[in-house]
Formats: sequence, C-alpha cells, structure tokens
Amino acid sequence: MINKFLGFKPDEKLLPSQTVTEDTEIDLSSHKYQKIWLGPNHPGVTGNMAIELTVQGTTVMRAKTHVGYLHRGFEKLIERRLFVQGFPTSIRMCVAEPDTNEYFIARSTEELSGYADAVPEYANWLRMLSLEMARLAGLLRGVPGQGGTFALGIGVQWGVYLRDLILDRFEELSGARVYHMYIIPGGVRGALPDGFKERMEDNLRDIDDFIIRIKKLMFHNSVFKQRAKGLAVITPEMVDKYGIVGTNARCCGVKRDVRKDNPYLYYDKLDFDPPTATDGDVYSRTWIRWQELIQTVDLIRQIMAKMPKKGDIRCKMPNVLNWKIPKGETYVRLESGRGEMGMYYVTDGSDKPRRINLRGPSYNHAISVLEHMLIGQDVADVHAIMVSLQTCPPEIER
Amino acid sequence: MSFNLKDILTPFTAWSRVVKEPVTIKDPFTREAAPRYRGFHDNDVQLCIGCGSCEAICENQAIDLVPIEGVEGIETKSGDSGLRPSIDYGRCCWCALCVDICTTDSLRLTNAYTWVDTDPDNFIFTPGVTPKDWYEKEEGWRKPGHGYEFYSHERVHMEELHADERKDSFIEFVKGYSAEQAKKEADRCVACGICTATCPAHMGIPEYIKAVRDDDMEHGMKILYETNPLPEICGRICTHKCEDVCSVGFKNGSDPLSIRWLKRYIADQIPADVDKYKDMLGTGEIAKNDKKVAIIGSGPAGLSAAHYLALLGYNCTIFEKLPQAGGMMRYGIPSYRLPYDQIDKDVDYILSLGVDIKYNVNVGTDITLEQLSKDFDAVYAGTGLHLGRSTRIPGSEHENVYQSVDLLRNIVTGAPVPVEKKVVVIGGGNVAMDITRSMARLQMEKFGEVNVIATSLEDEEHMPADREEVVEAREEGCTIIPGYGPQEVVITDGKVTGLRVWKCLSIFDETGAFNPKFDEADERIFEGDMVIESIGQGMDLSYLSEEIKSKIEFGPRGRILVNEDWQAKGLPWLFIGGDIIEGPDVIHGIANGHRGAQSIDKFLNEGR
Repeated sequence: MINKFLGFKPDEKLLPSQTVTEDTEIDLSSHKYQKIWLGPNHPGVTGNMAIELTVQGTTVMRAKTHVGYLHRGFEKLIERRLFVQGFPTSIRMCVAEPDTNEYFIARSTEELSGYADAVPEYANWLRMLSLEMARLAGLLRGVPGQGGTFALGIGVQWGVYLRDLILDRFEELSGARVYHMYIIPGGVRGALPDGFKERMEDNLRDIDDFIIRIKKLMFHNSVFKQRAKGLAVITPEMVDKYGIVGTNARCCGVKRDVRKDNPYLYYDKLDFDPPTATDGDVYSRTWIRWQELIQTVDLIRQIMAKMPKKGDIRCKMPNVLNWKIPKGETYVRLESGRGEMGMYYVTDGSDKPRRINLRGPSYNHAISVLEHMLIGQDVADVHAIMVSLQTCPPEIER
Repeated sequence: MSFNLKDILTPFTAWSRVVKEPVTIKDPFTREAAPRYRGFHDNDVQLCIGCGSCEAICENQAIDLVPIEGVEGIETKSGDSGLRPSIDYGRCCWCALCVDICTTDSLRLTNAYTWVDTDPDNFIFTPGVTPKDWYEKEEGWRKPGHGYEFYSHERVHMEELHADERKDSFIEFVKGYSAEQAKKEADRCVACGICTATCPAHMGIPEYIKAVRDDDMEHGMKILYETNPLPEICGRICTHKCEDVCSVGFKNGSDPLSIRWLKRYIADQIPADVDKYKDMLGTGEIAKNDKKVAIIGSGPAGLSAAHYLALLGYNCTIFEKLPQAGGMMRYGIPSYRLPYDQIDKDVDYILSLGVDIKYNVNVGTDITLEQLSKDFDAVYAGTGLHLGRSTRIPGSEHENVYQSVDLLRNIVTGAPVPVEKKVVVIGGGNVAMDITRSMARLQMEKFGEVNVIATSLEDEEHMPADREEVVEAREEGCTIIPGYGPQEVVITDGKVTGLRVWKCLSIFDETGAFNPKFDEADERIFEGDMVIESIGQGMDLSYLSEEIKSKIEFGPRGRILVNEDWQAKGLPWLFIGGDIIEGPDVIHGIANGHRGAQSIDKFLNEGR
C-alpha cells in the first residue's frame, strides 16, 4: 500500500517467489542473495548462539544455527567430579532456570544409590517450591520478553523488576540470586526462612497485578496481534516429527506436560491443568505462557499451603567424600519452563559418574525447528520466532 | 486484518505507571544481602585445625592449604596441621560446600558481596588471616542444620559382652566389627591425615581406612606393616592418640573415628598363618647380611626393631627375661583386653622372619652387656618399665600392700595371686584400671561378688585412664572414687584394714612441680583387706654395669640420654627405645623400635 502511495515499483525479478520452502533453489553466485549473521553477539539473541541467514530482500531463504560460542563441556566437567560436586556445575547448563539441573543431578544419584525414597518429605516440597519459583522467574522475563522482540520494551521492565523480587526470595531461601545451588543429593540446603511465606505472598500479589497489566499491554494490543498472529505456526503434525515439547507443543493443542503425564515429586498432590491453545503461532505460544504465569503463581500458593511446617532437609547418606554409587543407569525427566527436559546418568561403581547427558528442549527447538520455521519469514520477525521457541543455547552445547 | 479500537487504546493504560514511585534501589552498594547469602569467606583461624576437608571437596580446586606458621597472633595447637585454607576468587564459585563439610565449623561465608581491587593477586587470600572488613559481619552462610550433614557424626557402636557376662571371665569382651559395621565406620573418614601426623609411628591411617572401605584387607595389611609390625596388638590396646585429634570428632557431640577398631578389623580378617602373611607382605625371601644385632627385651620396641632389622637382612637375637615374648603387652595387660593368641599371631610372624629369641635369659646376670657388645655388631635395649613404684605412705611396706605390675605378671605366669574380699587400688591410670578389673574378676571367681575401690589423685575429668576403661570398670561392679590422695594404709592388729585418704585440691603447684594439696577436713577411709599401688612404674637398669654407666649420660629421673639416632650418648653401639625413653605405651615403643632399626642400619653401614 505504501509502495503504491510512494509510486515505488520494485524489480519483481529480485524478490523471492511467493512461497519459499526448504527446496527453493539458491544460487549464491547470482548476486540476488545476502548472508547475514545474527549473533553470536546480538542483544536480540537468547544467549550466545548465531543464526546464519541467507536472505533475499528481507525474506529469509535459509537459516542455519551455529553453536559453540560458550562450550565449556559441562557434562565432561561433571563426569570428572565427585557426585556431590556435580550440582554447582550443572546449573551452568541453563542460567535462566538452573534448579532443574540441580534436581537432575540430585535425583539421578539418589535413584542409583537407593536413596530415592529416603529424601525427607519437607525437602521434596522445598524442591518443588524452588522449581516453581524458577519457572515463575523464567516466565516473568519470557512473557514480556516476547513483546520486547516487537520493540514493546516497557513490559520487560516490569517483568524484570518482579523477577528480581523472586530472586530476592531465592536469595533468602538458597543463599544466591541466580546460581541457587539449592537442591543437593539427599535433599535441599536450607529450610524455609521465617516470614518467607508472607514476603512471597506480597510478591505474588504484585505479580497478580502485573498479570493483568501485561494482558492489557500485550494481548489487547493491535500491533502485537498483527505481528504475532499467524507467525511461525507449529502444527500438531510437527510435534512428534521434530520432538517439540512444552509450551511449544501445547500451543497447537498437543497437551503434554511431564508434571501431569509422569508426576514427579508431589505434583500429583497439586491441582492444576496445563493450558493449551489451537493456533500454534507466536501469539498463542505467548498467550499460553501468560496463562502459565497465572498457573505458576497458583501452584506456588498451593505448595506453600500444603507443605509441612518443618522437617529434615536432607536424609542420612554416606560421607560425600567417599560416596560411591553401584553400577547403573537412569533417566530422570521433568517439565521445565521450556518443556520436557531429561538427564541420562550412568554410574560404574566408582566415586564419579561415568556418563552424563542432558536432553534439553532447546536442542530441537533452536536447531531443527528454528531452521525450518525461519524459511520464508521476514528478517524483522527472526528474533520473535527465536524467543517464542524459548531457546537456551547452553542446553545445546552442554 | 481488522483493527479493533480497543486494541489500539488499551496499551496506553501503561502510562498510568508514570505516576508510580520508581522501584529501583538508589544506592545498590549499601543493599544488605539476605542472612543466608553466600558471600565472601571468613575463617575462625583459632578454631580451624587445617584438616583440609574444604580443599578436598572444592570442586573448582580454588582452595589451597597454606602454612600459617609465623603469622602474628595465631597459635597452632595439638591436632592442628598448621595450615589454613587460602582461596582463589578467580576459581571460587561460592557453592559453600567447603562450609558444609568443615569439621570444626570454623569456615563460613559472610553476606558481603562487593569487593573492588586493582591488583588481581589480591583475590587469592587466606580468610581470617588476610585482613578484610567483612569479618565483622555476623550474617551469611553457615551449616544449614535440620539433619543436613555430609558425614555421620556418630560412631558405629562396637558390640561388647555385657558386664554380667564378662565380669567373671578373662575372655576378650570387645567383639570387633563385622564387615558391614567396619565399612560404615570407615565411611566417616575425611582423610585429613592429622591422625598420621599425630601417631608416634605415623601410620598411614587414611589409607588403611580406605582399604576397609574398598574391602581390600591385604592392601590394608601392607600399609599397617609399613610402620607397625604389631597390628593385632595395637588394634586392641593402642592408646589411640590418633582418635584424640581425629577431625571428625573435633566438635562437641561428634565421635572420632574408631581408628583402633578398624585396624583390629583388618588384622582380624587375615588368618594366623605365617606363610600367608609372608606371601601377602612379600617377605618370603629376604637377603641376609652378615651383621648381628642383639635386642634386649621382646616388648613392642624390641619386636618392632627386630622386625624392621630382619627385613633389612640383619641377624637379630632377642634376649627375653621371661618365658614368653611380648613384654608388658603379655605380662602387664590382662587377657580380656588382649588375648594371648593375638600376641602370638603378631610375634610368630616376626620370629618367622629369621629372628632368633632366647627366653629366660637375664641380661646382666646370665650374660653381660659387655659380652653382647663383643658378640654382636650393635645392641638394642628396650627393657621397659617393670618395677612398681611405691607411694611411700605410712604402712605401705606392709606385706599386704602390693604392686600392680607384680600382680598382673603373676596372673599371666600362673604364680599365686592373693585375692581378698575387699581390695583398694591406688591409681587412676590404665594400669590401675587393669588391676582393678582383674582383681574384680578374681573376686568373682573366688567369692562371687566384687568389692574393689580404686582411687586417684586426679578428679574424674583429669583421670589419666581412658574414659571407656573407667566406665567399663564401673559396669563390672568396681567402685572408682577419683580426687582423693592416700595418706596412710590403716593397719589394725597387724592386718591391713583400709586406706585413709584426703580430698585432693590440686596436684601441681605454681611452678608445675608435683606437690599435691589436700583438704584434711574431707577425710575418708576406704575399707580393704589388701592395698594395691598402681601409681606408675620405674625402670630396672641393673643390667648396666658400672663401667657402662660411667660412659653414658643420664637425664632427669634416671633416664638414659639418647641422640637423635636413638644411640645412648657415649656408647655408639648401644641403642635405646621403648618405655624407658618415651611413653609409656605400645605405640611409642613400636615407633622408636622402627626408628632404632633404621639408625642401627645407618650405624652399621657407615663408611661403606
């Protein structure tokens, strides 16, 4: 419309055909194409990851995800440490939601050494509390962050402030704001501080208010709607083909949630129903996460109401310096904010794990799914699509 | 796409936030962190013993233990490695595992979290030593409590015969650990090695405890024999100075590891088979040399010296005054603590290495020391303390006043031991407890009831006997009344009828000399038909001729002075060890027997 108004007539031959697919031929020597590196140092990229884009005009013809910018070999580092030393390294595999990885290390070692049932009830409730708090902290950044990719920055400011309040609660519970190092083999590392529930309830009330404000800001916003609706649709057929999990699967009606399908900790004692949508586009993914925000706040309230007042925080286990675990292997999984995650853990009877492998959702989401979905999209939407898939590069290069 | 007017206007509600107060903190540098915050380290260096558990658990190898000797205002204590943790903040991740494992609870993290410095080297510092302003902060990460512990503070209970079963019998009453119990106990070890440094023989304690965990008894035995050729004996009656300094038992309410029982566990697993021992320890064939060493006394020092000299190829001959080997271990320690077959097990192996032993030979009368010095290239004397000491109070020369060492020896040799209905023992050491409990057993055999009173100058807290000895003696029906000093053996019509004692107020005077003070008003009479003195033993050096005595030097209380090679000063061929130099206890004897053997080897190889 604007081109018509300005009387601008683009050279149709230089523009891509209307339907760009993975099979569309690209002849780089034709000088019609341009390569753009998005990242690794780019404020719009979620972490240190790069996307090599081949564009024609502003249309993405090809996308290739490049990783390797933060590879520190976390899995190998853990394999060279005692069982109890694993969790401070594991949290580096996802900075935004580190508690999930702490849980994997703890739960795997407990299962393999026969202490899985010995973990005190109080400790298990605290584990669940910290996992949900981590999910909440992630969502407080993730939901308004989606608006941020469309230059709607104000919501991000609100969300980050509230996330900081949750980090304050983490600080008093675990002793640290970001790298909590709270869940340890055998239990957790601290009881609930006095007055924690009251302070948490204050924060949750602020978040309740935020949930309404962010709804007005983003979901009753014509610009956001226009940009996000119909963008990068995930169809139910893609879910199994690409191994899509979590909110990315639920956005197209595939209701999968490990907390419901395969309950761990005491999730079967909580009353909740994972939200789903049908459209599968960026808008519905954001919309589901907004609903999860409400649900997570509710879950934290339920946990705080149902958990015991006091108890032991760690079961009696062998001396951590001499701890050996018999030969065995296990796979532990849970529902993180980004979807199902799992850890494969092998022991060989020594005092260190034989093999560790983290299966994070970002591996599929940021490589196969993202590369597929970016084709034919506008360059301006690349960030939005990437953020909507909730990619977390450290999970890819463990 | 349709435009909805509501969707255009609603986002403008965000402007309502313009009138709200800002939420940012104006001055973030003064923000106080949470009470549990894992900030910068502080260490109570006076409390810290430098066990190094923090270094062992640090997953980033950020902690190094550095010597603090010479640092002003810091004194190291007994059971202290003299090292303190230094932390490299370039590596630290503030996980606080070091705090959680700290055996003394001296290490903590404060909730300070800002530190600006221009010199990167400053970020390697020794908490508690390097001056830092955050040490005054009270809040920060400490051990969480609530059942959170990294190793068990509770010792695995050792099964014993009940007092009723054991009080009339001399059979061994400590049953020993089962494999499961031993592994569980061995699991508590943090391998700090302070025990090794404290043990007079410097035994490789963490290594043999690891062998227990790994269920590798042969390896365990090898480590034991590196420094101690009497594991069965030491595993039962060692004075376990290692356990006194064990870092796991440092805190109140924490038990130290049962190092002694674990040693016994290893030795007990190997059957009493000399060939098996030789096979296991690789001592089947030893190349012999032509040098000869005479050893006087087959106590721990003599046996230890003989063992290590035999391994070096020397031809050793032990001269033993009594009919069997073992010295005080056999003739001073009752068999309910140390059964004779266990002594034989250790001794037989040492003798099987080619060590010759001559029983019932009294050096000094049957053969002179001068003769030995001519027949042999070197002489090692570990003659021990076999003479009882008297209190010299009025009445102590009465025939019914005995010496504990004499009675204990008679119990073993089968010589008649007088047993009366009421017995009073003077002394609060381990030997006093041995005679108290032995007499109780003999009374049970003879009269069917126990009536022994033991009294010591020291009060309950300062009694030199091991705590468990006192407790067990009481369980067996003995009466222990500490804190009284003997004044007179009461003799009525020529018979001993009791012991008159006064309450002891203090034992040493201001100068530290032995000068007990009594409260005469608090007088008691302990009834008894016989009195046994057990206030320490003296040495019998009658085998030294006047000529030899004139050549060597003597120190205070008649002790022979030795140089750092355990040679008697003045007589290079005479080496001295055992209780007459150090102790008295088994492990010191074993230790200086070992070192004596090394010195003899050095002496005989000089000039080669």
